[in-house]
Amino acid sequence: MEILRVENIVKSFGKVEVLKGIDFSLEEGQVLSIIGSSGSGKTTLLRCLNFLETPQQGRITVEDEVLFDAADKQKMTDRVIRQNRLHFGLVFQQFNLFPQYTVKRNVTLAQELLAKEKIKKEGSYNGHATIKEALAAIDRNADRLLEEVGLSAKKDSYPCQLSGGQQQRVAIARALAMDPRILCFDEPTSALDPELTGEVLRVIRELKETGRTMIIVTHEIGFAREVSDVVMFMDGGVIAEMGPPAQVIDNPQNPRTKEFLARFSERG
Amino acid sequence: MFMTVIRSLNEGFLETLKLFAVTLLGALPLGLVISFGSMSRFTPLRWFTRTVVWVVRGTPLMLQLIILFYVPGFVLDSNPWAIENGRFWAAAVAFILNYACYFSEIYRGGIQGVPVGQQEAGQVLGMTKRQIFFKVTLLQMIKRIVPPMSNEVITLVKDTAIARIIAWQELIYAGYAFLKGSHGYAGLMWPLFFTGLYYLAFSGVLTLFFGWLEKKMSYFRS
Ligand SMILES: Nc1ncnc2c1ncn2[C@@H]1O[C@H](COP(=O)(O)OP(=O)(O)OP(=O)(O)O)[C@@H](O)[C@H]1O
Ligand SMILES: [Mg+2]
Repeated sequence: MEILRVENIVKSFGKVEVLKGIDFSLEEGQVLSIIGSSGSGKTTLLRCLNFLETPQQGRITVEDEVLFDAADKQKMTDRVIRQNRLHFGLVFQQFNLFPQYTVKRNVTLAQELLAKEKIKKEGSYNGHATIKEALAAIDRNADRLLEEVGLSAKKDSYPCQLSGGQQQRVAIARALAMDPRILCFDEPTSALDPELTGEVLRVIRELKETGRTMIIVTHEIGFAREVSDVVMFMDGGVIAEMGPPAQVIDNPQNPRTKEFLARFSERG
Repeated sequence: MFMTVIRSLNEGFLETLKLFAVTLLGALPLGLVISFGSMSRFTPLRWFTRTVVWVVRGTPLMLQLIILFYVPGFVLDSNPWAIENGRFWAAAVAFILNYACYFSEIYRGGIQGVPVGQQEAGQVLGMTKRQIFFKVTLLQMIKRIVPPMSNEVITLVKDTAIARIIAWQELIYAGYAFLKGSHGYAGLMWPLFFTGLYYLAFSGVLTLFFGWLEKKMSYFRS
């Protein structure tokens, strides 16, 4: 089943056109890896999907619901943007954990705020009618997620007491807490020491097994080959090549893809 | 003699405390307003605010106080400071304006110092702007603001002595009076030196307080 459809996304900063018409779709449960050289627009694309940037053109549809359409002249309200964002999760390169909260609180905070708001306005949240019930459920959910990323023992620690790999795993648990339909990663291991990338990649691999739909921007070509159903190679703001890893990574057709991958294999 | 001096110094110290408190009460919120002006996306307002801050920080507080106290009397029909406690209020206004400008820069540093990633992390988790401000960025700003703020506040303790220039009777004034002649004494040197102990004790208490506050927030790094 198609979960995401992105049509003709164009994004410029001032006069510089960074995304020049991006089209693709994604099936539920699929993992899409985005590779490409620096400045090709990978981060910008993820930021558009998470509504941190507003494209000048294009349309974003999730499960047949049009979340964004640049042709629709009505300005999106803050409320609608917030609603839209909940379809996506984003794990940042720099983790961006909230430093003043414990690991557990980092995971529960956004969900608690949302639950309180929903119960006040609509009378229920995820089937819970009282705040107390909702909070208990959120608490259990956070425990389960921290268990999944292997950090149950660290739930009362503060981010500054954790290694980079642990912080990134907390960030993944925090994003999962909102149960996004599509979870995006922007170079989740780029800020990590090489010996710490494994633990984060392992968590992502496990998420794939649970059927989580994911979009992963990465420079780890080997990992992309192993974990993805689809690989997208971006070059200069367009999709130069897209297809299964066996095609894009092992048998690229586009000369730019070949060149990019050759540079990677040289580096080893 | 000792008790007379102490009583007189205590009165002076009370005035010093009053100026200190009123300055903080006015300058802490006004500084925040000015910092918003200096970060405004409306360019003329931003330039205007930054120019004012530059002028106020770039000239001596003593000069500002003299101008504020004497100039209105020359240019206006009636002297606005010809009221009860006029000298105190003139000093208070000058101090509040001056310190608000210093504070505004501290606030600006604190606000702009919190990485945008913090706000974006809140946004992608579906939080409202309000929630992000109160639950995510505020405490991180405070943590950045407290150390420079503590410096400024301790400087203020000593700066209150500048108000003597418009003959407002604060602590130094009270001590100096015994040198010039007051309460039947003249040529007494020690009361003036003795005022130093008041300043020292007061800034000591403040140092302890700010140290405690910083320690309270030392459990996280940002
Ligand atoms: N806020 C912005 N304002 C102006 N230009 C920007 C902005 N954000 C990105 N750009 C520009 O857009 C281009 C694409 O940036 P983007 O971060 O999407 O690239 P990327 O593919 O993620 O690169 P990298 O692999 O280095 O992370 C770059 O040339 C960048 O300078
Ligand atoms: Mg990037």
